[in-house]
Formats: sequence, structure tokens, C-alpha cells
Amino acid sequence: MNKLFFGLRPVCRKEFTHIVRDPTTLFFALLIPLLQLFLFGYAVDTNVRQVPTAIFDESQTQESRNLVQSFAASDVFLISSYVQSAPEMYSTMRSGKARVAIRIPYDYARNLQLGRTASVLVLVDGSDSSVAGTTMDAANGVALEESLARIPGLVSPAIEVRPSVLYNPSTRSANFFVPGLIAVLLQMMTILLIALSLVRERERGTLEQLKMTPIKPLGLMVGKMIPYGCLAFGELCLILTVMRWVFQVPIHGSVILLLLMSLPFLLTVLGLGLFISTRAHTQAEAFQLAMGTVLPSVFLSGYIFLISTMPAFFRGVSHIIPATYYIQVLRGIILRGSTFADLWVNALVLTLMGAAAILLAARQFVKQGAG
Amino acid sequence: MSAASSAVGHNVISAEHITIKFGDFTAVDDVSFQIHKGELFGFLGPNGSGKTTIIRALCGLLPLSGGNATILGMDVRQHAAEIKQHVGYMAQKFGLYEDLTVEENLKFYAAAYGLSTARARTRIAELLELTGLEPYFHRRVTQLSGGWKQRLALACAIVHSPEIVFLDEPTAGIDPVARRSLWDLFFQLAGQGVTFFVTTHYMDEAERCGRLGYIYMSKLIALGTIRDLQQLPDANPAGTSRLEIEAPNAATLLTGMRQAPGVREATIFGRDLHALVETDRIENLKSLYPQCKMRMIEASLEDIFVTLTLHIMAEQAGAKR
Repeated sequence: MNKLFFGLRPVCRKEFTHIVRDPTTLFFALLIPLLQLFLFGYAVDTNVRQVPTAIFDESQTQESRNLVQSFAASDVFLISSYVQSAPEMYSTMRSGKARVAIRIPYDYARNLQLGRTASVLVLVDGSDSSVAGTTMDAANGVALEESLARIPGLVSPAIEVRPSVLYNPSTRSANFFVPGLIAVLLQMMTILLIALSLVRERERGTLEQLKMTPIKPLGLMVGKMIPYGCLAFGELCLILTVMRWVFQVPIHGSVILLLLMSLPFLLTVLGLGLFISTRAHTQAEAFQLAMGTVLPSVFLSGYIFLISTMPAFFRGVSHIIPATYYIQVLRGIILRGSTFADLWVNALVLTLMGAAAILLAARQFVKQGAG
Repeated sequence: MSAASSAVGHNVISAEHITIKFGDFTAVDDVSFQIHKGELFGFLGPNGSGKTTIIRALCGLLPLSGGNATILGMDVRQHAAEIKQHVGYMAQKFGLYEDLTVEENLKFYAAAYGLSTARARTRIAELLELTGLEPYFHRRVTQLSGGWKQRLALACAIVHSPEIVFLDEPTAGIDPVARRSLWDLFFQLAGQGVTFFVTTHYMDEAERCGRLGYIYMSKLIALGTIRDLQQLPDANPAGTSRLEIEAPNAATLLTGMRQAPGVREATIFGRDLHALVETDRIENLKSLYPQCKMRMIEASLEDIFVTLTLHIMAEQAGAKR
């Protein structure tokens, strides 16, 4: 055991010295994820509200004005302009001034009075899929309400759905996105720091010198993981503090459990960083490779898109992305108050992934050492 | 290839027909040599000729494609880990951490070689005295000049008291005074029985070495003491002599001299010309240049290596045709 990790202590001590010797790097390493947390935490809001809407009212009747009122009354639509012709309506949509256009035909009021179905055209800008989905639902809702109001003698609808949202009752985006963001930020920072630290040694020639010492690959790697792991852990605590007190996201589960369950994730990303460093010859290369891991972790980890609605192939891919498991842990503990019994599988998978990454990196390293 | 050896003591490094290939490229081609305890062995050759590759292979950092090599009787293939404890290596880019202090670098390498804290303390004190780094003990490496960095790199490379030290161009880019004092350090250590294997570009450094190897295009083309090399038939082609030609303005004579009958090579040495001349044409040359003083000299190291290189190049050109 001692032989396998030979050199761990001196490497670890040296690495801590490097970190404190360079306060600028340390400062930016800790500050930049925090800045990004503020930036993205405030920017990302998927609740669709106040969508600019253009009205093309050909009917110009009391009935049509009532309908427009109903649309305006919902929080989803914001009547931004009235247009006078079909071409004008389309150009407003094309220019992006309006995301939704509502065309009320000239026979709208007459059809209603004759008891016939009156149709209304709702144009939706599909270029933003979440806006499109929400506005279509809202438009249908408005139509349904208007229709029900016209049934004589109806006091209350036959069936009423009363939704009650558990775990994130106000359905605030911040509650959903900030926990996921923690995984992405932590991953970016950790991979980058550890990969650069090893590649720097390669560039400066100190790695060659280390290979001449009896230091074992695992000693070197774990010796580097400990200081950067500590740094990442400190950053995690900082981020959680900001999340709790600035973004007001309450932590429903155990904070201790959350911190403990973060360790397997840190292990995995540290291992990944080391593996990247065995593949990169220069710091620039390492930087690009590290950045290459970010996009999959954002888009395929369930951070933004639901994994269950992904095509089968990408669902498979999401299972090999460490952030997937950690985001489930974060959301579980922070939003739902999950316990270890709910999440132990995630911790196990992350630990295995981490061990695999470190062993792969060490093997690669030995191979390079021997040519 | 001459396998001349003025064997004193036993071999600490032995290479037998070693070959190292990178894919199709043969970086080291059938090279053999023996190095004795306490020797200062100089390894010369142009860039890319395979010097560094041989060092890395002897240190166990690169696998041999063919042949055998032993360090202190241990096979480099089987005992790489054990060998590391007995060998010091100072690479061209010496492995110092520039943001750490002299003390921290020394302590790190001492711990990396597994020295106990007490042992490390006495050893570091020894090294500080040996290298004169004492006043800089708490300075960061960035603040040191090239010469002091080199001394520190050497101290780090020998912190575990190795019997053999490989130095890959140890004095590249440092000033002559620092260079000389570094060499004094090598001699001091060699006097204590440490064996040195040094690669260099500098002829004056080569001349300080007890024995030399000259590698060109992956092949070892000369091996021996300076005396051995001066007597190599290829370095002194039969029927030729080396002349030192003292002339009022050597530079203006060079082109004409090179084309003069019987002159094989001519080059400028300070204010003189050195020429390799067919012996029976010397009188003729003297009559052509009555203003010059000519005298026979022994080949310098540079003369020898230039002649050997030209000889090999001519052979290879001949083989291609």
C-alpha cells in the first residue's frame, strides 16, 4: 500500500505550496465560478411570462375585444402591438417583435351569435421551443375558458384539476437550475486546475525529473488530487452559501449528507482531469480538452433537458456523464430532502467512475514513462 | 568503431549493441560502450543524433529495442526501479520548481527519493556547502541566475547520493565563469568516486573529459581518450598532415587555400588557419604562400570530429550512388 502510493506526501505538500505561492490563480479559481453562479443563476429563468403578442382584429366587435382582454389578462401574453393586415402580422413575427400573433377573423362575432364554432388563428414562433409550448397551452386555456363561459346555465365545470406542486412549490427556476449549476461549475474548475497542474510539469520538464525519482504514478496522482480536492471542496461550500443566502434556495435535506455525497463527484472529476492531462502536451491542449467536457455535462446531464425525453442514444450517453449522477444528488437533497437510502447508487457509480479514471490515468502515465 | 578502453576499476555502465527505435526511425543504432567507476565520460554529437535518447534509455525511461544495457550490473529492462535509487539525472530542462525556494526544492527531492527527515537535513547541509548555495537557501528559484539554477539542479539530482550522474548538456546557456565552476564541482564529485556521463556541444568541455564518445546519425563513430581519438586512422587519413598556418590576414586566404592543390580541409582558428594537407604537397603549398608561417600540429578535438563527420558523410553519399 505504502509502496503503491510512494511519494504522495512530498507531492501533496509541494502542491499546497504551489497553490499558496500563487494567490492570483487561487483568487480567480475561487472567484470565477462564483461570478458565473451569479450570472447564470440570475439569467436562467425558464418560466415563460409576458410574451410579446401582436393582435390582428378583423372583427372589431365587442366580442373580439372581450377575447383580446382574456388573452391580456393571462400572465403569459403581453399585447405589444395591433396590426392592420396579414402581411404586417407576418412581418412582425419574422422580425421577432412579437412571438405570438392572434388573428380574429371578420366573422368571429357573427359565428358566435349564430351558435357556430368561431375560429381564431394563433401564430406561435417556434424558434424558442419553451415559449412555443407554453403559449400554445395558454392559448388553448383561454379558448376553453371563453367557450365554457358561453354555455348557458353552467355554474361550475364538471371536472376540475387542482394541481399541487411538491418540493418546489413556487416552481422557481432558480431552485431548479442553481443546484445543477453547482455540478457544472465545480466540474469545470476542478478538471481545469488539476489538468493544468500536471501538464505544466510536463511543459517545464519537471515531470521528466519526477519520473527519475522512485515516486509512483499513484503517489503523484493522489498527491495532486488532495490539494485540488480541498480547493474544490472549499469552493463547494462557498457556492452553497451563496445559493442558500443569495438565491434563497432552501436546502431541504441534510447539509452534511450533501457535502459527503459531493466527495465521490470530486473524486471523479479529479480523476477525469488527471486523465486529460495524460493526453495533453501543452496547457492550451489541456484547456481545450477540459472545456470539451463542459457542454455534454450541461446538455446531456439532465441539467437543462429532461433525460427521459432524450432519444435512446443520448439517454445512454447521459449515463456515462458523471454530472448526471451528481445533479440528481444535488436536486434530491436540496429540493426534495432525499436521504442516503435514496441516493446511494449515485454515490457508488461516481466512486467507481472516479476509481476507473484514476487507474486509467495512472496506466497511461506508466506507459508514457516507459516510452 | 574503436572499443579502446584504458580499463581501471570495474564497469558501472555497460551498453552492448543497444538499438532504440521510434516506429520506423532508428534513433540509436547498435551502440556499445563501457564506463568505469569514477570516470568523467563525455558524449558528443550534433542535435538529434541520439545523445538524450541513450541517457533516457539507460535511466529506464525508454525501452531498448535491441541489445543489452546494465547499470551497476543491473539490467535496465528488469531493474528500472532499483536503478533509479543509484542514478541521478539532470535533463536539459532541469526539473526545478521555479515558484518554490531553494530549500523547498531540495526538501521535495529529498522526500521524493525517500530520505528520512534527519538524513535529508544532513544531506542538504552537505549539498549547500558543496554548491555554495547557502546564501540563497530561502530565495525562490526564479530569482536565481542561470549558473545558480544549474548548481541547484545538480544538488537536486544528487540529493540521494547516486553513484552515477547523467548530465544532459548541463552548461547550455550559462556564462563561462559559471561553466568553469560547475565543472570544478563535477571533478570534485568524480574525485569522490561518482561516475559522470555528460553530453555537451562545447569542445573545451569535451577536452576536460577522461574519455569521449562521438555519436553521429544514431551511430557511435568514435570512442576513447583524446589520445586514442587523435590516433584514429579516419581522423588522420594516411599521407596527410595537419598544419597551423599563421598569416597576416587569415580570413582573406581561406577561399584560396581551400582550392590550393593538396588541401583537403581548411578552417579558421582564431587568427590562424588549420588545414589538412597531403604531406607530399606541403613544400608546394609553402612556396605558394611564402608570406605564411606553417607548422605541423596534432589534430584538435574539433578537427577530429569534423574529419570523422565528413568521412561518414562521404561514405553515405558513396553508398547512395
